[in-house]
Amino acid sequence: MISDLLAVLPAIPRDDDGPVFKEPWEAQAFAMVVALHSKGLFTWGEWVETLAHTIKSADDANDTYYHHWLNALEQIVIAKKVTSPENLHALEDAWDRAARATPHGQPIELTNDPAFVVTKA
Amino acid sequence: MTNLHDHTHDHDHDHGSELSEAALRVRALETILTQKGYIDPAALDAIIETYETKIGPRNGARVVAKAWTDPAYKARLMSDATSAIAELGYSGRQGEHMRAVENTSELHNIVVCTLCSCYPWPVLGLPPVWYKSTPYRSRAVMDPRGVLNDFGVELPATTKIRVWDSTAEMRYLVLPMRPEGTETLSEDALADLVTRDSMIGTGLPLKKGQAR
Repeated sequence: MISDLLAVLPAIPRDDDGPVFKEPWEAQAFAMVVALHSKGLFTWGEWVETLAHTIKSADDANDTYYHHWLNALEQIVIAKKVTSPENLHALEDAWDRAARATPHGQPIELTNDPAFVVTKA
Repeated sequence: MTNLHDHTHDHDHDHGSELSEAALRVRALETILTQKGYIDPAALDAIIETYETKIGPRNGARVVAKAWTDPAYKARLMSDATSAIAELGYSGRQGEHMRAVENTSELHNIVVCTLCSCYPWPVLGLPPVWYKSTPYRSRAVMDPRGVLNDFGVELPATTKIRVWDSTAEMRYLVLPMRPEGTETLSEDALADLVTRDSMIGTGLPLKKGQAR
């Protein structure tokens, strides 16, 4: 029984000291949505709708809750014309290069990207 | 939206650091949103901190402890949870429409979530990651006793289990049974026994002396 649950949810926080977020990016993604909502970029209703739609139309059954959350966040930010998929991709690649250029254990900064000058949003 | 991230990143484990695909996407979003002035990284940290500690499960725990010790408050909580919770100063985002459901020796309540943003953060703190997962949701509806067993909760066979679907319009707070032997405890000490899981129905309150 429990192995069924654990198999699909590898990090169930079983006790109360367990992490609410499995990984820091989940908390960051969560906080960004709260901040953007406070800023008035979208209403909470719009967010609920976007997230619900993302979950309903997900084609990957293994996606976790916060993966849906992240998909929905990208979707709504693009729908609100804050940025484009191309810009996001370019920045993802820049962060990827920056991470690889950062010695293990050091803080990863975007300025560590060897091609930093081309990563304007 | 998945076509947005079909591209793969070369993986080179020899040196340097590595960020997961999700972490890269989050950093890309954060960079753009910060550059365009939509968010402030310090404010993000404050939000995370707020939801993790300040607006943590303690708010709901105080509601439960007060209901255990103050029959008049409990009556108000059961008839109009939204107002009774607001009485203690807890309201706002996602906590607006609340209903309290009471556990007894005959009935145990579990809350599941069918929509996604319907978890009452101001009262319960951040949702546990498993709370909104499809397997948990569907299993809680089909086999609530099995799910409870998985969480280490064994109820008498005579205790009925009721599953509540949380929605965007109505959110639930489980009022757990007061642990035995706690008659002399103060409201503060009682609140320390109330776990988040006990307010979702997937756990029971701590026993006296188990408080951390």
